[in-house]
Amino acid sequence: MQLICPAGTPAALRDAVDLGADAVYCGFRDETNARNFPGLNFSREELEREIAYAHSRQVHVLVAINTFMRAGSEALWERAVDDAVRLGADALILADLGLIAYTAERHPQARRHLSVQAGAANADHIGFLVEAFGIKRAVLPRVLSLTEVAALTREVPCETEVFVFGGLCVMEEGRCSLSSYATGLSPNMHGVCSPASHVRYRKDGEAMVSMLGDFTINRFGAGEAAGYPTICKGRFTAEGRDGYVFEDPVSLDALAHLDTLHKAGVSALKIEGRQRGRAYVAQVVKEIRRRLQSGSGAADGAEALRRMSEGQRTTEGSYDRRWR
Amino acid sequence: MLPPILRLLATPLPLPLVQGMAQASLTHILREHPGLFDRLGTFAARPIAISPTDAPFDFTLVLARRSVRVTRRGATPPAYATRICGPIVLLLALAEGRLDGDAEFFGRHISIEGDMETALALRNAAESIPLDFVRDLAPPWRWAQRPGQAVLGAVRRSLLEREGVPCN
Ligand code: SF4
Repeated sequence: MQLICPAGTPAALRDAVDLGADAVYCGFRDETNARNFPGLNFSREELEREIAYAHSRQVHVLVAINTFMRAGSEALWERAVDDAVRLGADALILADLGLIAYTAERHPQARRHLSVQAGAANADHIGFLVEAFGIKRAVLPRVLSLTEVAALTREVPCETEVFVFGGLCVMEEGRCSLSSYATGLSPNMHGVCSPASHVRYRKDGEAMVSMLGDFTINRFGAGEAAGYPTICKGRFTAEGRDGYVFEDPVSLDALAHLDTLHKAGVSALKIEGRQRGRAYVAQVVKEIRRRLQSGSGAADGAEALRRMSEGQRTTEGSYDRRWR
Repeated sequence: MLPPILRLLATPLPLPLVQGMAQASLTHILREHPGLFDRLGTFAARPIAISPTDAPFDFTLVLARRSVRVTRRGATPPAYATRICGPIVLLLALAEGRLDGDAEFFGRHISIEGDMETALALRNAAESIPLDFVRDLAPPWRWAQRPGQAVLGAVRRSLLEREGVPCN
């Protein structure tokens, strides 16, 4: 199985390459990708230079152009595809059907991966896209159980890639409007869930309160581990009780299932976190590479990974779904 | 936390001396790493307060103007867009990319107030340049560089080890 690592900056890309990634995924500095944060991502010149660096070490670079094109501004997304192909990207990670069609038509030789943002969670959906647009690999949404991942991987006529570590988006990918509701900006259209422009933290005695736009998302007591200010992981009062309704502040850790995923025929394992720092990339890549090489789910590095996680807690998410 | 002896030594330092040292260091670092501005973009014009919780000074930077203003803790600092607070060794380790900012935030070791866009831009800009305080802040005279780096390196190693931060 290939290890696919995130890179938000050239420095993180080099760390990932040097520490054992088989491929690195990254995006341009604009809303054409789902991690459009200030100071993050690659200019055209940087991408060209870093692709050369990765290729000199036999590592692939996948370029995520995985938000949905805005009506009237399609040229921005099409230019991103043209440039990524021209600069030598090994694959494009795409979600928008129109953009996938554009890529298939203009750059038939370019390898096309289906982004998790496309929310393709069944064999018919993926099969159609493979037939119509020559999709070579589908990144599966983080809403499937291990059994479903295995069944899908058997059925679809392309490779599959799954997330094994990092931030957890609990809704059907590409179809969440929570951030849009609170801020007018969404991960699918603008590349940002809970954009930094709308996030505020304030102290309340020893507690820390996180706000998104006009909404209070959470209140962390003294010393309580914190999480991102996303609505899906906010603390709500419902039926007279305080608590988490959709999901706790927590990150995905499916490393205990590497063997099962391998047996299921999954082609690639993905680490979430292009918005994270170099230290995260280095720690996580090193640990997963070690486990893949030793062939065990050895938990030596588990504590370090837990400390890297949102709320300093991890979950197996839907892979271990017990509520259905 | 900074060892109590260092805190004790830092407290009586005259403000103009700390101001002069901070300004010289910033000027030198920005000259060495012009790439920082590329990622900061317009955020470079916003004042950023760095408040080490275990040191007696606050530092307010306006990177576009290449200026830093030092104030004593407790005195009214200049207005800021973003304020980043945490133990000084962690803040320096974050700047060098040895620690992950999100993880330190989740663990409540650092806190951020004000404009988050500026904080993110600063974090990502610092991550993308090879900041190394030992190399960047060693004395400029050739004869003093090696011993200067050796002393600074030993101090950094010992401070990082105290905080359990890997030093390689
Ligand atoms: S609010 Fe939660 S589920 Fe929705 S896009 Fe953001 S992280 Fe994903």
